[in-house]
Amino acid sequence: MAMKYRVRLDPIRCTGEGLCADLFPEAIRMDDWGYPIIDGRPLSRDELAHARRAVAACPALALSLEQVEHRAFPDAEPAQRAHSR
Amino acid sequence: MMESDLATTTTEPVITAARPAGPRLLGAVGDGAEAGGLARYRQFHPRPTPAVAGRPDRRIIEMAEQAGLRGRGGAGFPTGRKLRAVASARKVPTVVVNATEGEPISHKDHFLALRAPHLLLDGAAWAAAAVGADQVQICIDRNDRDAITQVRSAIAERLHLEPGGTPVEVLETPPRYVAGEETALVHWINGGEAKPTMTPPRPFEKGVDGRPTLINNAETMAHLALIAERGAAWFREQGTPDEPGTCLVTVTGAVGQPRVVEVGVGSSLLTVVRAASGLTQSVGAILVGGYFGAWLPGSALETVRLSNAALRPYGAALGCGAVHLLPASGCGVMESARVLEWYSYESAGQCGPCVHGLAALADGMKTLTMSGRTDPAQLERWAGDVERRGACALPDGAARFIRSALTVFADDIEDHRRGRRCPGSKRAGLLPIPSRRGGPIWQ
Repeated sequence: MAMKYRVRLDPIRCTGEGLCADLFPEAIRMDDWGYPIIDGRPLSRDELAHARRAVAACPALALSLEQVEHRAFPDAEPAQRAHSR
Repeated sequence: MMESDLATTTTEPVITAARPAGPRLLGAVGDGAEAGGLARYRQFHPRPTPAVAGRPDRRIIEMAEQAGLRGRGGAGFPTGRKLRAVASARKVPTVVVNATEGEPISHKDHFLALRAPHLLLDGAAWAAAAVGADQVQICIDRNDRDAITQVRSAIAERLHLEPGGTPVEVLETPPRYVAGEETALVHWINGGEAKPTMTPPRPFEKGVDGRPTLINNAETMAHLALIAERGAAWFREQGTPDEPGTCLVTVTGAVGQPRVVEVGVGSSLLTVVRAASGLTQSVGAILVGGYFGAWLPGSALETVRLSNAALRPYGAALGCGAVHLLPASGCGVMESARVLEWYSYESAGQCGPCVHGLAALADGMKTLTMSGRTDPAQLERWAGDVERRGACALPDGAARFIRSALTVFADDIEDHRRGRRCPGSKRAGLLPIPSRRGGPIWQ
């Protein structure tokens, strides 16, 4: 089976330049404050090229493509996300 | 006027401990120097098996798994699974006890460190043995001088009476809420600012000095000590089958004696209120889980139980176990505005949606309080727009909190919007907001 990918954002690096949403509006839209909201669904083959362009264009290097895979530690993010403390 | 309301720091309640039937953690209260210290403590608690670096003790891990212990810091992650993950890494792991307790209305970890330091240190020692760690670091808010002194003197006592154990040190952490988030804590211990980092990797894979790191909340460590001493079946004698054991609950607000109480998970809220000497006023709403939690309507007082299963229908969770009873004379809209202002201030300033979104939520709630000229539906939308948008869960907490406020205080909000501000919103705030003296400190 072919590898599936999705767009991953590092919100710490992101500076809200907005190029990604221009280049790949199918999966990335901007919020009211100018920061991208990523649709994290697995991408189709056609979308992958657009996603790659958006990743390459990010001046903050905040975007990447992430393989959708079985996670070794699935509960690391509990259903009700809370601070691990 | 509102500005000064928001900045008001109300007096912290004096916390004393109640001992309902069969206290476990609180049964060890008074093990510090003035109460006979380690010698007396050892009459009731055996010395933990010594940790061997790189050689996990799987029996302890199995006991934690069978006990069904979950983290008591807020996230509720299964402790046994975390132990196993850390123990299965190739490098020699390290242990961090998280007693930073940045939650303004929780005092349980402070209380444990102050009044049961040997229980805490035994918990850390058992954890070190479980994963095969070669060091233990205990993180306490640097402003919590009493707890720091108490734990340091308990460590000194052990060096004298029980030499040769795993090295233990106390680290004094920056006084900020997110400093206690586990990736922030690791980043700070490694020499950086106490701000969250991107995951993965999580600390269990790569933490302090790049080594697998077991980070547990202080209360979780204390439970682990008693599980190792008395067994998984004993632990399950209290609590519910799904959420076994006891938990510490910090009760504040409209009660006779604000205090830390210990109850089986799933006990009624009324049990906890009674242990705090009952109500002093009629209750308007109940904040469960601290500022990182959610509001419940006052009508839940008689019926609700303190378990995640019972709180889920309210969109709430047990979290760190802090419960605040807001009197009916208080204004939930204003209190929520004050808490959201706290959220906004506590943002580490790293992620755009958190910086701007939490400020927008705080401003919106403040406007609602003062003039009512904000659309609650807009705040609801923004809550959805900040959720899961940060490196850590701070924006998620703000979203959950404001959603509960918009639901529970819907009628009050409508009154404020029609220009009928309640008298409570014109008085000083009731919930404690930590002082901002000294400005933001991250180192």
